Amino acid sequence: MAKANTHQAKTQFGYRRHPDQDRPGQSAAEHPVVVVGAGPVGLSLAIDLAQRGQHVVLLDDADRIGEGSRAICFSKRSLEYWDRLGVGDRMVDKGVVWSVGRIFHGEQQLYQFNLLPEDGHKRPAFINLQQYYAEAYLVDRIGDLPEINLRWRNKVTALERRNDSVALTIETPEGAYRLHAQYVVACDGARSSLRQMVGADFAGQVFEDQFLIADVKMTAEFPTERWFWFDPPFHAGRSALLHRQPDDVWRIDLQLNRYADPIVEKKPENVRPRIARMLGHDKFEFEWISLYKFQCRRMDRFVHGRVIFAGDSAHQVSPFGARGANSGLEDAENLSWKLDRVLRGASPASLLESYHVERSLAADENIRESTRSTDFMAPNSHQEARLRKAVLSLAKETEFGKRMVNGGRLSVPCSYDSPLSSPDADAWRGGPLPGCSMLDAPVTTPKGEQAYLTDAFRKGGTDFTLLSFSNGAAIEAPVGVKDIRIGGKDGLADPAALTAKRYDAEPGSAYLLRPDGYVAARFRRPTREAIATALSRSQGLN
Amino acid sequence: MPLSTSSNFARPDDAFRAIVEAHRGFTDEQSADFDAALVLILANHIGDIDVLREAILLARRRMIDGQQQQQQQQQ
Repeated sequence: MAKANTHQAKTQFGYRRHPDQDRPGQSAAEHPVVVVGAGPVGLSLAIDLAQRGQHVVLLDDADRIGEGSRAICFSKRSLEYWDRLGVGDRMVDKGVVWSVGRIFHGEQQLYQFNLLPEDGHKRPAFINLQQYYAEAYLVDRIGDLPEINLRWRNKVTALERRNDSVALTIETPEGAYRLHAQYVVACDGARSSLRQMVGADFAGQVFEDQFLIADVKMTAEFPTERWFWFDPPFHAGRSALLHRQPDDVWRIDLQLNRYADPIVEKKPENVRPRIARMLGHDKFEFEWISLYKFQCRRMDRFVHGRVIFAGDSAHQVSPFGARGANSGLEDAENLSWKLDRVLRGASPASLLESYHVERSLAADENIRESTRSTDFMAPNSHQEARLRKAVLSLAKETEFGKRMVNGGRLSVPCSYDSPLSSPDADAWRGGPLPGCSMLDAPVTTPKGEQAYLTDAFRKGGTDFTLLSFSNGAAIEAPVGVKDIRIGGKDGLADPAALTAKRYDAEPGSAYLLRPDGYVAARFRRPTREAIATALSRSQGLN
Repeated sequence: MPLSTSSNFARPDDAFRAIVEAHRGFTDEQSADFDAALVLILANHIGDIDVLREAILLARRRMIDGQQQQQQQQQ
């Protein structure tokens, strides 16, 4: 159904002929990297690559941003990534910030949780933002980057893998043309046609229960929290979700049974009474209605030679947990620096294998978590239902019962058991392990301005960075490695001592961060040699 | 710490009776509900996933023994 015109951002784009299309058959244009699919993942990846100096051709088969809110929950990690891509403020300014969720059983609240209970982070646990806004802001950002050539209504219809390149055939309103690329990144979604073109399968589990999503526009007094019900009075025996989006739009997700007729259930006249029962009134308009079944599946390999898969094309999860778009964005940030290094000849092509290793581990984790949530919401057998009933009932009077209730476990960055990480050689009591994402913390610049560690990382150029805690003796970062110093002359001050605390740092400690903000190695007493060894390892050089 | 299978109760008959008597008056369905809650409570008390997995394996061996006995009887 048509979405209401509630947003100003441009969502429709024209096809424009490109000179590549005028080249004679045997001399197709050569490009270093072609990204297929201008969704949140493809757009973000293209921006990241361009900011690293790569020229990117970005193809999309449509001429518009997809309708419907679709993905709405963007994680702290995604916002930190978008900060680096220059769009974080815009997303957060428009988005609805939240960190609290409540779980109800019947009419009774079982418990509430706070996903970011501590201060001193630049970004909140989550924002809710319609996917079309996120995409529109990313497209706007691409307008600032001449390195990106975004071609609408360019549909890849054939792909030929060669030793030294990939040949693409692209269909446009003015006919077909061919392109050669050193690397192709397929961000073309769960129904990826490139996945079929490389002949890869997409195996996993289909869940039979159906879920109805209705985004409704209304003025309501509900707080900006994620509310999840098991067996609510307005939707007996099933689960329900209520969550706020910008522009007075509310996401409502209702579990239906596996035998519901999608065509009947999707009709607004049938959805309306269900929503009215939930809200206690019918003063709302529909923005978007969708009925779906879950699938949890992934490709066996994310890297097929020079064709690399990212986002939903590589892995698909159920939506409870906000693990779809957020994990796709994590794919983009993981891949872009590696692909950039390989294209520049700074690292061997084998570095791309670590993208497969790290992100397929993450996909397994996301699939496991979202499968568990789905199974808890829609038990597969009488005994599973019985165990769930016991958990829900125990949750009313025990803490352990509350913790077992699974109404969706929300996306957090995965930690990688990775060949790029150097294991700890020293004793640490806390702080992010090698293979974990950096943590944010408040700092003060030498000029006395309040800032965050993630700002310092971004301003340093989002490259390999040595985060060191001063002990008076300066550590020299290897050539090409950026430097963030905490304490000492010219360093960032740590007035609340939260940076030292979150990194379990003592004077002299240092963390080597990768360009995606993951910890490659950490040292109590760093030496030049140890840092250099860890650096080459994380660059895939040894 | 591995799963303890030595006898831990000073009076094992009391423990067995306590569980048996807790089920008195229940239908099979109610008994199954009750057991589900009891298993979760006890599992949390143990609080060790390795011990829990070992206990699950030990319990599962009853099912395999039971199936084999059934098959032998059918033969």
